[in-house]
Amino acid sequence: MRAKTADKIATSIIIAVAALIVLVLAGLLGYILYRGLGHISFHFLTSAPETIRKGGGIGPQLFNSVFLLVLTMLITVPIGLGAGIYMSEYAPANRITNFIRLIVEVLSSVPSIIVGLFGLLVLVNLFGFGFSLFSGALALTVFNLPLMVRITEQGLKGVPREQKEASLALGLSKWKTITSVMLPISLPVVLTGTILAAGRVFGEAAALLFTAGMSSPRLDFTDWNPFSPFSPLNPFRPAETLAVHIWKINSEGLAPDAAEIAAGASAVLVITVLLFNFGARWLGRYMYRKFTAIK
Amino acid sequence: MKKALMVMMVLTLTVVLAACGQNNKNGNNASNGASNSPNNNSEISGSFLATGSSALQPLVDQVSKKFMDSNKKVSIQVQAGGSGTGLTQVSEGQSDIGNSDVFAEEKLDADKAAALVDHQVAVVGMAAVVNPKVTVDNLTKQQLVDIFTGKVTNWKDVGGNDQKIQIVNRPSSSGTRATFEKYALGQKSEDLQGSIQEDSSGTVKKLVGETPGAIGYLALSYLDDSVKTVKYEGVEANVDNVANGTYPVWAYEHMYTKGQPNEAVKAFLDYMLSDEVQNGDVVELGYIPANKMEVKRDVNGNITK
Amino acid sequence: MAQPLERQKAKPHIAEEWVGKIYTLLCIAFLITTIFSIVYFVASKGLSTFFINHVNVLDLLTGLKWAPEGEPPFFGALPFIFGSFSTSILAAVIAAPLGFCAAVFMVEIAPKFGRRYLQPVIELLAGIPSVVYGFVGLSVIVPFFRNVFPGQGIGIAAGALVLSIMILPTITTIATDALAALPKGLKEGSFALGATRWQTIYRIVLPTTMPALMTGIVLGIARAFGEALAVQMVIGNAPHIPRSLFESASTLTSAITLSMGNTAMGSVANNALWSLAMILMLMTFVFVFIVRWLEGRSKI
Repeated sequence: MRAKTADKIATSIIIAVAALIVLVLAGLLGYILYRGLGHISFHFLTSAPETIRKGGGIGPQLFNSVFLLVLTMLITVPIGLGAGIYMSEYAPANRITNFIRLIVEVLSSVPSIIVGLFGLLVLVNLFGFGFSLFSGALALTVFNLPLMVRITEQGLKGVPREQKEASLALGLSKWKTITSVMLPISLPVVLTGTILAAGRVFGEAAALLFTAGMSSPRLDFTDWNPFSPFSPLNPFRPAETLAVHIWKINSEGLAPDAAEIAAGASAVLVITVLLFNFGARWLGRYMYRKFTAIK
Repeated sequence: MKKALMVMMVLTLTVVLAACGQNNKNGNNASNGASNSPNNNSEISGSFLATGSSALQPLVDQVSKKFMDSNKKVSIQVQAGGSGTGLTQVSEGQSDIGNSDVFAEEKLDADKAAALVDHQVAVVGMAAVVNPKVTVDNLTKQQLVDIFTGKVTNWKDVGGNDQKIQIVNRPSSSGTRATFEKYALGQKSEDLQGSIQEDSSGTVKKLVGETPGAIGYLALSYLDDSVKTVKYEGVEANVDNVANGTYPVWAYEHMYTKGQPNEAVKAFLDYMLSDEVQNGDVVELGYIPANKMEVKRDVNGNITK
Repeated sequence: MAQPLERQKAKPHIAEEWVGKIYTLLCIAFLITTIFSIVYFVASKGLSTFFINHVNVLDLLTGLKWAPEGEPPFFGALPFIFGSFSTSILAAVIAAPLGFCAAVFMVEIAPKFGRRYLQPVIELLAGIPSVVYGFVGLSVIVPFFRNVFPGQGIGIAAGALVLSIMILPTITTIATDALAALPKGLKEGSFALGATRWQTIYRIVLPTTMPALMTGIVLGIARAFGEALAVQMVIGNAPHIPRSLFESASTLTSAITLSMGNTAMGSVANNALWSLAMILMLMTFVFVFIVRWLEGRSKI
């Protein structure tokens, strides 16, 4: 009888904890959205921030975040895929490979602030990229790479051996087999992982404080020449992203409505991350269904 | 797939190459700017970078936008990163202007600081602030020293209610703290056990406003109803008292250049010190115009009329 | 010569293979260069405190007073090290039981509901940016603690609570994977012997999955150890070992973010911050090795 009671108590505690976690998240999201949603409008999302007047927006910051994400992914995806392919297909099973694996693990757990400091020292000062989107993108690449490598490895490991061997038996080179047979099959896994990694880029602030800078120059949205200093596309301009903007406005905001702007921007950030999350899940399921239906 | 990879690689490469190109262009432009005629405003061209103090950044940012409106060929980038970063970068030539809340001598080695030219563009006054529920409204220098060195830990000892004093300080590296210690306390203070330290004015204001019995200090531009400003030695902290020298807690905002600035930078700094900016943007953003000051101060704190 | 003809035929095939090999090798080389240059640059900066400024290593590690710009300067980083360890371990102490319960709920009690609702919820917690956590911590947790407990609200307790929510996903995900990977026979055997679900979990599941659970906890601690902005906003940043959980304290990361921009590169004060960064980095390595060791054990 006693064991039964203990079982019941334990079960109810576990269920209560699970409910608590859901409640915490609901409370967290509710709080952020409740405080921020009222402030979000088309004007807020598109106009430039104001220093001391009311009514500033987050337009450039939103654009910067998206553009930085694109830049980061342009660098991360090819390198991450390549390194992942190496680890999964080419790397011989020996000590060096084990060591590389350890290095990837270490890199993935390096705190973002260290990456930021490294960026400040090497990218911003030594290479002279200055506080710029490009420095920021490279810094973010550093801590997205291990994730990308792991995702690619996972994806490739999930490919049925028969398919790989069939392709090799047909006389295709290993590289051809990887790129035209294995990668397409592992695409759902890789894509889902990449989107989730992208969500992380969107919310990162600590590394960007020291690399992409805390200021945003005036952007001329009619100038699309990437070499013009005011063009939004110029990767060598400083760029304050949404997450950094929240940090800055929380701490140094002079505008009378700073608190509302911070709340609104937090809500936008959280909604974007939610979209990334749901987008990745939906895409993963959709592709899985499509692929399995065909075969 | 392979093609896609190649395209991506090429794209990445292009971006990298563009980087080098861009950097060179910047350099050339800046030097071109120097050779242009200084007398004709519309002829000034060049691009330069101002990095540093986050307290000064809003002003430089706003003025640079105005300057670029009237000088279409000039492009100015303004970045925040802290006074230390600004001074390092201007001293090592990575940026053309280093914005700082403190004299360069206080952060850099003497020989490095000697190579920099100081341009004092504005003045910031600072005031001690307390939680609105604290009943004290005047503190003498000695009382402030006692509070910030931990000799006095209860408000009743300085004429208030029986309540514990909660210090909201700045980190020891902060320029704001250096100013406050130098001109309000007259001595360095240690970081006390249990004191809160925040680098940013917004957080200091929030914490002082919310925490019972809290005391901190803020630049005049941050003051509002959420905190209570206390008088210093009976003198109210306001713009006029700072300007005529009766209120001593203030500091210059510096814009350093390495050696004499080139034409474009010089034109910008001249514009910064023009009456239009000094009486317009500087006042609007809560700084005190440098040309309004009736007293001057050097790096050692000696005051001259 | 017949050879050239044959070689020509084979060429595209082999060339292709080489392109692939070299490309992937370059990618991995980039990765390795990156980590080594991070270690090199951080270490060279961090060590210069000792070699150029001649600060004693022991003084830095055990000193209690931090005043790098004072006269005379003090470089005691022990309060930061203490703060980092206490916040992250306390965070793990809060998050570990929660994570374990969530994992048991998802695997043992209500797999369908758990997978469909609880798992996405936990993954969402991982996706929320740290700045937002800090913002919520400063506007909700700090005032709450200030009203309920004696003290200022900010401090290690507030930091640990914020961190515990941030590392909950890490711990839960790994615990869930470990529980799900447990051989079915083990549990079924226990049930067949008449054990209740709790007895099975407590006596069979928990001991068997312990190394994996520990891995999750260590990874969580590692993440909490390196988190910067969220902690800095709620911990108070006084460079002292606090007398209570509700008194202003500091971590390695908060000390770095607080002063890095204010100090000039190359100065003693700046180098000292790099030394803190180096300690942070070394601790990261230690955590990775602990995880490796635990993973090795869980295979046995």
